Amino acid sequence: MVKYKKMSKKKLATVWLGGCSGCHMSLLDIDERILDVAKLADIVKSPIVDGKEMPEVDIALVEGSITSDEHFREILHIRKKAKTLIAFGDCAVMTNVTGMRNYFPLKEVFDAAYVNAVSNDTEGQVPGHPSLLKLNDKVVPLQEVVNVDFVIPGCPPSADTIFYVLFEFLNDRLPDLGKAKKLKYG
Amino acid sequence: MDKRKIFISPVTRIEGHANITIEMDDHGHVSDALFHVNEFRGFEKFCEGRMYTEMPTITPRICGICPTSHTLASVKACEMIQGIQPTYTANLLRRLMHIGQNLSSHALSFFHLSSPDFLLGYDSDPAKRNILGIAEKYPDIALKGIRLRKFGQELSERITGKKIHIMGIVPGGMAYPLTEDNRNALLVWIPEAIETVQAGIGIIKKFHEENAEMVASFATSPTLYLGTVGPNGEHELYDGKLRFIDADGTILQDQLLPQQYLEFIAERSVNWSYLKYPYYKPFGFDKGFYRVGPLARLNVASRMRTALAQREFELFKQMNNGKPVHGAFYFHYTRLIEALSDVEDAERILNDPQVTSTHIQHHGRWNYEEGIGSSEAPRGTLFHHYKTDETGKLKMVNLLIATGQNNPSMNRSVLEVAKQYVKGDDIKEGMLNRVESTIRCYDPCLSCSTHAIGQMPMVIEVKDKRGVLLKRLERG
Ligand code: SF4
Repeated sequence: MVKYKKMSKKKLATVWLGGCSGCHMSLLDIDERILDVAKLADIVKSPIVDGKEMPEVDIALVEGSITSDEHFREILHIRKKAKTLIAFGDCAVMTNVTGMRNYFPLKEVFDAAYVNAVSNDTEGQVPGHPSLLKLNDKVVPLQEVVNVDFVIPGCPPSADTIFYVLFEFLNDRLPDLGKAKKLKYG
Repeated sequence: MDKRKIFISPVTRIEGHANITIEMDDHGHVSDALFHVNEFRGFEKFCEGRMYTEMPTITPRICGICPTSHTLASVKACEMIQGIQPTYTANLLRRLMHIGQNLSSHALSFFHLSSPDFLLGYDSDPAKRNILGIAEKYPDIALKGIRLRKFGQELSERITGKKIHIMGIVPGGMAYPLTEDNRNALLVWIPEAIETVQAGIGIIKKFHEENAEMVASFATSPTLYLGTVGPNGEHELYDGKLRFIDADGTILQDQLLPQQYLEFIAERSVNWSYLKYPYYKPFGFDKGFYRVGPLARLNVASRMRTALAQREFELFKQMNNGKPVHGAFYFHYTRLIEALSDVEDAERILNDPQVTSTHIQHHGRWNYEEGIGSSEAPRGTLFHHYKTDETGKLKMVNLLIATGQNNPSMNRSVLEVAKQYVKGDDIKEGMLNRVESTIRCYDPCLSCSTHAIGQMPMVIEVKDKRGVLLKRLERG
């Protein structure tokens, strides 16, 4: 069991943009240690909790790349609200698999799924409802849009690495990635 | 006409990968609901031109919750291209990892995401309605749930060294064996895991009893069902054939090869969602909605493969006199019955003397141009279909994803619940949670299409036809 210094609780947000949720699943793989995190921080916004509009937070972990108009708006919003913004996983750091569509024009990418797929019937429409987000032509990593304070590489980063980084930040220390276990891209 | 719209979306509409528009008629009654799925990543296109052997490592990145199911469907398509079969031991190891993923996904769905509704209440404080709220009030249950998920993840880690996006599943078998130490380390977990699943079953049964009316009337529209079964109709996740049944339980198709999927399934793109609407082809778009996932798998199965799960399965079957159970709420119960079978099956496999054999891979090469594979993801059947040129480069990739197949029914369930709980301007927070929890019943792996795994924060706006805001409600 870890020892706790007396200090005020931090606010933590975890956000999910254009990724596969694997980074969030790896965060859950810290298992029981989530209770250690909960002692040091309130998780105020995350896919795993009900939440309101994102308040000011000390730390935001952001999974995924910027793929659409909404992600673009959201990352600017997060940057305003978060003291420390962490690019969480390879998609956030360098677009990874999410960015593989950049080699093709968006229309071709769309058509492959919504027009030409062998299982499609002939009566479909290409999605375009006003309530849907608009995909950008190119997928970009977070740091192309905002300043990023720290990166955690990995697809997904290992749970140990995630816990180490979080725990250091929650204790007002700068993590040293050289000490992180199982650190690697991919 | 004063057509009002209620729009449910995550706050600021930006984290949002799914949202709902509810349309009201003149009399303040719900007339329609559109479930918008809001993410698209384009795997079908960007995999073109790559070698087919890369697919088992690329496609798990479709989804962090069911990566292993994607890898398995993918590797089976590759094995069809090579014309080879995995070794006996490789099949055991794949099954173990697949069970592990199913178990951790079901644990996440039940304990982390849904149990707060059951234990704390739909109308409880949203700030506490999560796994940490459970940890405060019922520390024992939270810990059990966390550890059950952990066991599921360990089944992969102890074989391949990774919990998510595992790398060791290759055409012809496996790249890593299971060591004796790791086998023993996994076996130790079994009694605890069984106990936890049974505790979960206890929770859901109690909830059923105490909320009988709500549970029985919760999104009950009948549909067809699709699931994988073994040769005698037994419940199967990894390697079986397909069975379709109709709403009365009559078998429409049995022992279909996954390779025949195009004969029975078609899908339609719709304007309001990035997620397509698949249907059972012989019945057409309007009548052919079918569901997949735990409820569907138990509805189509003739029996379970393990003893404790079989006992529970018989109780489940009694609920509607042997006919399919349609209420979306029963997804939770069936998910837990499956989890029970997962743990028992893991024990059986771990005790197989061959499980630690190092004969884990057959070697093949490109032989055929086309490959189709399927597997049962936690949320249902998924299909991978590849065509290559004669050098093995992909020319065509088609992916039919589990959650996609529940999409038409999810949309309809949302409409049903909205009709029941949303009346005129009278919108309460707890009510919204009910609309949303309909979606949560399906445990949509919206990552396979979009996300929203948890309890989406919501803003609901009631607007008149001209878009003038009549009422606004924010959760929290
Ligand atoms: S980095 Fe990997 S695990 Fe994380 S979101 Fe991207 S694909 Fe998924």
